[in-house]
Amino acid sequence: MNKDRTKLQVSAIESGTVIDHIPANQLFKVIKILKLDAIQNQITFGTNLYSQRQGKKAIIKISDVFFKEEELNKIALIAPTAKINVIRNYEVAEKSVVEVPDLIVGIVKCVNPKCITNHEQIVTRFTVIDKQRVELKCHYCEKITDQEHLKIS
Amino acid sequence: MKGKSLVSITDYSKEEILEIVRLSEKFENNPVSDLLKGRVVATLFFEPSTRTRLSFESAVNYMGGKVIGFTDSSSSSVQKGETLKDTIITVSNYCDLIVMRHPLEGTARYASEVSAVPVINAGDGANQHPTQTLLDLYSIHKTQGTLENLNIFMVGDLKYGRTVHSLLMAMTHFNPVFHFISHEKLRIPEEYKIFLRQNNIPFFEYSDFADRLAEADILYMTRVQRERFSDPIEYEKTKDTYVLKSEMLVNVKDNFKILHPLPRVNEVSIDVDDHPSAYYFPQTKNGVFARQAIIAKILGLKIDF
Ligand SMILES: [Zn+2]
Repeated sequence: MNKDRTKLQVSAIESGTVIDHIPANQLFKVIKILKLDAIQNQITFGTNLYSQRQGKKAIIKISDVFFKEEELNKIALIAPTAKINVIRNYEVAEKSVVEVPDLIVGIVKCVNPKCITNHEQIVTRFTVIDKQRVELKCHYCEKITDQEHLKIS
Repeated sequence: MKGKSLVSITDYSKEEILEIVRLSEKFENNPVSDLLKGRVVATLFFEPSTRTRLSFESAVNYMGGKVIGFTDSSSSSVQKGETLKDTIITVSNYCDLIVMRHPLEGTARYASEVSAVPVINAGDGANQHPTQTLLDLYSIHKTQGTLENLNIFMVGDLKYGRTVHSLLMAMTHFNPVFHFISHEKLRIPEEYKIFLRQNNIPFFEYSDFADRLAEADILYMTRVQRERFSDPIEYEKTKDTYVLKSEMLVNVKDNFKILHPLPRVNEVSIDVDDHPSAYYFPQTKNGVFARQAIIAKILGLKIDF
């Protein structure tokens, strides 16, 4: 009974995508990266939920939306712990984790204030040189942006 | 390959670097030609750099080409708020090749993506200045007869000096031993040490010259800038520790040469200028030949000498 109640902290969906185990402080960045603010479908959010593994977590449930893997991988930069559940008919049909992509286009701001991308309207491009530590090399200024300095544009 | 821009020294493979060295030699033997007859090269200097600009313009003129452009952004449409993109697209319709310098980093890469003609990076902030590196390599090859297996000493600002970093990356193709001499605050950054270790290139770090130059083939001197130190006293002390004087050159090898990207402040004393190892002025002349070579390669010019 108790167990079921914790599970149901955020109500279940019939079909769609559940993104679980988002670090609570990254929820709004995930919303921004996946452009959830522009979706008309029903979305429920939960945040500051208790997680045994990571302290406070957040969860997002999006009804009737199924993302491409590459779309979801974009959030790996800020929420590497995120778990994806694809729901069909109230059941988990697929489970997956997110993976940092090799190339990141847009999304991230270059840490270098003297980089041209911070002065003109240019879509940023980074090659990921370290997926574990999330180190991104700017295609333009060639400087490294690390996880600590990662800003979403 | 024709038409490829030169933005970063890493855009060129070992073979392409050697191709530039061979071509530079050809231009040194045949500096005057009409290979660029009927061609226009734009030199867009968004910040002034008289030395680099004159070197490029000299190269173009000796090859019979014409130069258009501006010498600093105050006299250009940039002043009127035009974006870099619009300036580059427009100018690329007026010429066969763009040579550009800009205070912001990454500008040349971006320009090469929007331009209709190839772009040569003549310096983008603290990032890259590949033509300087190629003229350094030509100077090393010319004085040593090879680029392979050399003892390279680098002195001065090894932390911020982009010429040092680019030369280090390029020389790594040729199995060198590096010796770095600098103030502890201006040491070679960790990322370059990792790069050297990955490539099995030995390197040593020292905080003074002592008597180390006896085994050197090349000494690459750089300027230590006042702005790098928050403490002016520390700057004054540092400035004098890393000065090369002629009495330090008594035991050097016959092939030993001193390079410097210039301008110098006081890090190479004037009395070194007359030493047979001083090579920083011939080095600037090599710059014209190396730039002729780079232009010829990029435009795919047919060289019949
Ligand atoms: Zn950048």
